[in-house]
Amino acid sequence: MTTHAQSLAVSSQRKGFLHWLWTWITTVDHKKIAILYLFGGGLFFLIGGIEALLIRIQLAVPNNHFLVGSEYNQVMTMHGTTMIFLAAMPLIFAMMNAVIPLQIGARDVAFPFVNALGFWLFFLGGIVLNTSWFFGGAPAGGWTAYTPLATEYLGSGMDFYILGLQLSGAGTLMGAINFLVTIINMRAPGMTFMRMPLFCWTSLVTSALILFAFPPLTVGLFFEFFDHIFHANFFNTANGGNGIIWEHIFWIFGHPEVYILVLPAFGIISEVVATFSKKRLFGYSSMVFATVLIGFLSFMVWVHHMFTVGLGPVANAVFAIATMTIAVPTGIKIFNWLFTMWGGQIHFTTANLFAIGFIPTFVMGGVTGVMLAVPPADAQYHDSYFVVAHFHYVILGGVVFGLLAGVFYWWPKMFGRMLNETLGKITFWFFFLGFHLTFFPQHFLGLMGMPRRYFTYLPGEHFELGNMLSSIGAFGMAVGVIVLLINIVVTTAKGKRAKGDAWGIGRTLEWSIASPAPEYNFAQTPLVKGIDAFWKEKMAGNKKMTPAEPLGDVHMPSPTVIPFLMSLSLTLASFGFIFAANQAGKPHTGGLITAAIGIGLMLLLMLIHSIKDDHGFHIHKEEIMRIEKEAE
Amino acid sequence: MSGTENAGLQAIPNPEKATLEGKNKFLGFWFFLGGETVLFGTLFATFLALRDKVASGPSAHELFSLPLTFLSTIILLTSSLTSVFAILAMKDYKAGAMRLWFWITVLLGLAFLGLEIYEFHEYLGEHFGFTTSAFSSAFYTLVGTHGCHVLFGVLWISELMLQSYKKGITTVTAPKYYVAALYWHFIDVVWVFIFTVVYLLGILGG
Repeated sequence: MTTHAQSLAVSSQRKGFLHWLWTWITTVDHKKIAILYLFGGGLFFLIGGIEALLIRIQLAVPNNHFLVGSEYNQVMTMHGTTMIFLAAMPLIFAMMNAVIPLQIGARDVAFPFVNALGFWLFFLGGIVLNTSWFFGGAPAGGWTAYTPLATEYLGSGMDFYILGLQLSGAGTLMGAINFLVTIINMRAPGMTFMRMPLFCWTSLVTSALILFAFPPLTVGLFFEFFDHIFHANFFNTANGGNGIIWEHIFWIFGHPEVYILVLPAFGIISEVVATFSKKRLFGYSSMVFATVLIGFLSFMVWVHHMFTVGLGPVANAVFAIATMTIAVPTGIKIFNWLFTMWGGQIHFTTANLFAIGFIPTFVMGGVTGVMLAVPPADAQYHDSYFVVAHFHYVILGGVVFGLLAGVFYWWPKMFGRMLNETLGKITFWFFFLGFHLTFFPQHFLGLMGMPRRYFTYLPGEHFELGNMLSSIGAFGMAVGVIVLLINIVVTTAKGKRAKGDAWGIGRTLEWSIASPAPEYNFAQTPLVKGIDAFWKEKMAGNKKMTPAEPLGDVHMPSPTVIPFLMSLSLTLASFGFIFAANQAGKPHTGGLITAAIGIGLMLLLMLIHSIKDDHGFHIHKEEIMRIEKEAE
Repeated sequence: MSGTENAGLQAIPNPEKATLEGKNKFLGFWFFLGGETVLFGTLFATFLALRDKVASGPSAHELFSLPLTFLSTIILLTSSLTSVFAILAMKDYKAGAMRLWFWITVLLGLAFLGLEIYEFHEYLGEHFGFTTSAFSSAFYTLVGTHGCHVLFGVLWISELMLQSYKKGITTVTAPKYYVAALYWHFIDVVWVFIFTVVYLLGILGG
């Protein structure tokens, strides 16, 4: 471990827990940042899940008094916001960080510093949002924060929403730029675009979507921020403002966001289905084409969230047709997965069960999506549980199933140990059946007229059975998640150690190196000769990739604490603004001064980062040879 | 190490793109500017939606003065040109000339900021504050965001120039100078749109 000691020269005196903590706070290694994202996203996934259970307890029986009024609104708002921004997004970044550099044969990401900064901004943004529970209540305006409700009628909770999302959104944007440049500039020799694993393609398109979708959110949040804290008039109709502007801005971000979440899941499914069918992915180029087309169309459909606003028949018709068009490339993908399995040797591992379970589930979400795209019909479905059922089929049945497939598939690569398959299958069946039991009845509740976001309903309206089933299902999913946690604890303590090619049938580059990957990833940059590069080598009788360079010293970036400090200073600024907010009049000076100090510290840290050149360090050839020998 | 010494040691052509780190910075910064474009696009769209919502406050053609804005435009356009000269000097490893042109860029940027502060001060005197109307909020947010970008650019380029006395032009520093210049051009392009959409349309479009 001499390299490690070298790389952590700063902290060599610190021992034990503090040393361990320091390593994680200062790391710029994409594999460690992946684990941080997995931990952060997982933590918020549990919090959001508990909020979901609270909602389902309240709705289990009519006229319930478990969680009513504003408290229900807070839990409902935080459930949505947490799951989208603080659970799904970071878990996707966890997968991208863990896998993409390995899949393209790179030693690191393009901007390791920015990568660390992105994580800390997301994590502290999530903390800012969740501290609202202790300071006068959480945001209660729904995850969509429609104005003027959010800016004029709700208390300080919305400030936590605005600033927490501003922080984590900035982190996401940085992560996206990092992955765009990594995938474009850092592919190994021979890894052409059309030889990249599909997960890289979907992550590339997702990163591009983030780049163009998050700035509108940033601006929209600034508008709400100015309205709420500095009494601007963007959404204040008394002085000429217009709340519809927020709806446009939010959905120009919000609809691409759906594809930002689901495209990487598509990528994961493509990897998992192909690997566990022991076949090349069917229709690779049409998959790439469909991915890019979905990304392109995703910016042209936002008005389907606003059909009932009254933008007129022409606008509604145009956006309805654009929305339905997306079903075409998505359908192409579904058939490609089915044809990949056709005639393959299907291995029913937990990862593959989630992938296979994803297909019919996502198709159901897609079909209700096309139903919702019809404006006259949407007037009936709008704001009912039909919509709730639809987006949970897409996001939970699509994104989360995909993520769980990815977690089971790449866990051995990330941690060097296999998860237990029996426990995994128990998780799958509880989660899969619980999911359908929760959300399938909600279609009918919606069609029968149950509105979304209401905290209760009356007996005798035929809502009792559906709601009770739905609540039972939610607890089924909770059991699945608890079994997964037990699985993680048990296998971390004494799980089976994973080989480099953990499943024995790996196709892509990440399986050609040890599990977990060594700090430098590839001792020698591999030479890529085709799609599924590692499989190709194995079929040619080789155990390893053909190297594209001689063995030599590897240059690595140094760990640094600056990203963490930068995120802390922006957190300070956020709290300053939150406590500066004053409904009655001018913002409080104390809060503004705190915010100014936070921003000043940020600028100072940027200056320090600019002046201080990072020369990094080298892992020497002998060291690499020793580590590679140990791994064999 | 001065610039001329560097020239003798390592006259690699296009030092800003000579290393993988440089290339990454170059491409990453273009993507960043792509995101910034969408950010300003959203601000412009909102401004266009709210530009005639003046409530009880003054409207665009009561406020704006074309000569002043014209002067700001000329100053900022010129500063873009001087930053081009700076980058051309950088490619020739002429650190002195690069610094001279970048310092002129910084001065022009400061002149622009001075004019903007003067302009905003005048508007405040005419009871056109941030909270006056939807138009005023949209105006100050759009033009103010641009102004903050100019201020950041001035600070950034100054800081790089101060460092350049010690570090000179190398494959490590050249990408930094280059992306700072890119940023400066971007600010300039945004201003051209502000000049057209906010001021010209405000005065002529009624």
